[in-house]
Amino acid sequence: MDFATVLQILDSAVRLMTPLLLACLAGLYSERAGVFDIGLEGKMLMAAFTSASVAYATGSAWLGLLAGIAGAAAMAGLHGLASISFRGNQLISGVAINFLASGLTVLLGQKIFGLGGRTPSLSGAARFGEITLPLADALRPVPVIGPIYAELISGHTLLVYVAFAMVPLTWWVLYRTRFGLRLRAVGENPASVDTAGVSVTRLRYGAVMICGVLCGIAGAYLATGISAGFVKEMTAGRGFIALAALIFAKWRPWSALFATFLFGLMEAVANRFPDLDLGFVTVPSMFMNALPYILTVIILAGFVGRAIPPRAGGEPYVKER
Amino acid sequence: MERMPTWADVILTPLISLALAFSISALVILAIGESPAEALKVMVEGALGSSYGWGFTLYYTTNFIFTGLAVMVAYHAGLFNIGGEGQAAMGGLGVALVLLALPWPHWAFALPAAAVGAALFGAAWALIPAWLQARRGSHVVITTIMFNFIAAALLNYVLVNLLRPVGSMDPASASFAPATHLPKLSDMAGALGLEWGENTPVNIAFFIALAACLLVWLLIWRTRLGYEIRAFGKSEPAALYAGISALRITVLAMLVSGGLAGLMAVNNVMGEAERLVLNAVEGAGFIGIAVALMGRNHPFGVLLAALLFGFLYQGGGELALWTTIPRELIVVIQALVILFTGALDNMVRMPLERLFAALRRKGA
Repeated sequence: MDFATVLQILDSAVRLMTPLLLACLAGLYSERAGVFDIGLEGKMLMAAFTSASVAYATGSAWLGLLAGIAGAAAMAGLHGLASISFRGNQLISGVAINFLASGLTVLLGQKIFGLGGRTPSLSGAARFGEITLPLADALRPVPVIGPIYAELISGHTLLVYVAFAMVPLTWWVLYRTRFGLRLRAVGENPASVDTAGVSVTRLRYGAVMICGVLCGIAGAYLATGISAGFVKEMTAGRGFIALAALIFAKWRPWSALFATFLFGLMEAVANRFPDLDLGFVTVPSMFMNALPYILTVIILAGFVGRAIPPRAGGEPYVKER
Repeated sequence: MERMPTWADVILTPLISLALAFSISALVILAIGESPAEALKVMVEGALGSSYGWGFTLYYTTNFIFTGLAVMVAYHAGLFNIGGEGQAAMGGLGVALVLLALPWPHWAFALPAAAVGAALFGAAWALIPAWLQARRGSHVVITTIMFNFIAAALLNYVLVNLLRPVGSMDPASASFAPATHLPKLSDMAGALGLEWGENTPVNIAFFIALAACLLVWLLIWRTRLGYEIRAFGKSEPAALYAGISALRITVLAMLVSGGLAGLMAVNNVMGEAERLVLNAVEGAGFIGIAVALMGRNHPFGVLLAALLFGFLYQGGGELALWTTIPRELIVVIQALVILFTGALDNMVRMPLERLFAALRRKGA
């Protein structure tokens, strides 16, 4: 395997990890605030559909992005309503949201476009184009660093850079701001936050809506960045891989970057080498596809460092009466 | 906290939730420019208007009884088994291996063996998440989700690389021997001289599902294990104090749950497809969640809810056939039922509790 192939695989890994990273950080906000979210998949799917539809209708990827965010935020609002206001079961609410998005996207897509749940192909300004970073072409001849800069770092859509910028931003928000401290506190011990006179409900709604916005960007990237339009069930389990990455990263932003890169890399390798021949054994692509889930189960089992979720996760907060 | 009368809790709340779910579904149908009344008519005629429709409705019902009971048993132990999909898929593998391994002379011999294979494979697939939950504290919801995906990948591998007959391009096992084909309900009706449900897939597994409802009821409410499961689900510390082992109950409840989900394969793999195909479960494992929630985690409720979803499933197919409403409408209805009977339960319950409290005060 030569350097160019390695670069191509890494480049493809960066593209594939972007929706995972955004969704993983989305889940991080929600779960750190004590609201479990297995509805990442549904929110991304809804966002992919609304962004592709609006981008097609208006010809603007930016309006599509806004619509994607609105679509995912609506789903997030529903999740907040069920799990915060009505103190329902957060897991059941997540399951419902996944199905709701899965059904509604096809139903609405068929009604609006009549293409069996697809949106028409997007082109031109309706998609996020690839950005060539400054000096990319000038630096290309430089050995090693040149191709890495020109191929791997430059030439992605804006949303990829947004996703990567979200990692330090999330770290800063969580660990260096008052909001972040309260957010983490409300996921560990909501009663103490309540005692301090801060509204648990508002904090949790805030976290759930941030989760919606990030899922919206992830969905918009899927439909208007990496592909040209919406296809039925196009998230294909990415929301669950993001959830797996979140556990793998033990609910921490920098680890989330690493975990999603690892999972993106696995997908890229599986795409490139459907049957990976390691000399002594041939690894089938199905195994590579299942590997993120298998790794997560191993991590969850605590055999390789223990993943401990936020203490108050999954439990609705009831003020004492 | 003042309690509502039992009938309000068991019947009124689910009915109101269901009514809410269906009204919003009707709004969705209106929003896509179709008539809800017309859609309902097509669904009722297609699913219940003929013995042909009933044959399919009952076939789907059988699937949903098994997966609904699976979710229900785990729920009584305080566990949310979201892995019915993977467990039912593995049950299919169990059925296929049993039926392909031996030259079965007659279905009456093959059926018990296949059922054991299905239940064992389904239960085995639930065992690891159960053990991890009890011993390592890994959340059973997350592990069962992961196991759904692992099962899908495993089945894909087994069908493409191991069970696929030589020369076939289709990722499916060989067809089972004709001697193992289960009698259809239409055959039984024919033996009695009746013409009922020709060419429909409903088969003898329907009766196994009915028996399973009864057995699960006996297990949960009439045995020591059932008592322990319920005690553990209601209050883990109290159960531990009473000497009930968390490991034992978690593992046993999940084994029964996975076994029930696996048993679904007797209906869809052995009874209908008569070979193992890719994605044979078709989401029935997830519908089990809606069925258990709507059935208020009681076998009789599960039976009724499974019948409702069987009707929706067959009616949805008819809708896609005769109108421009896509099949996915059923997924939306399913989502709304889960949302209103599960997650938004308190939205219905809280005003009702207040209403009953007010009525009681007036009466007193």
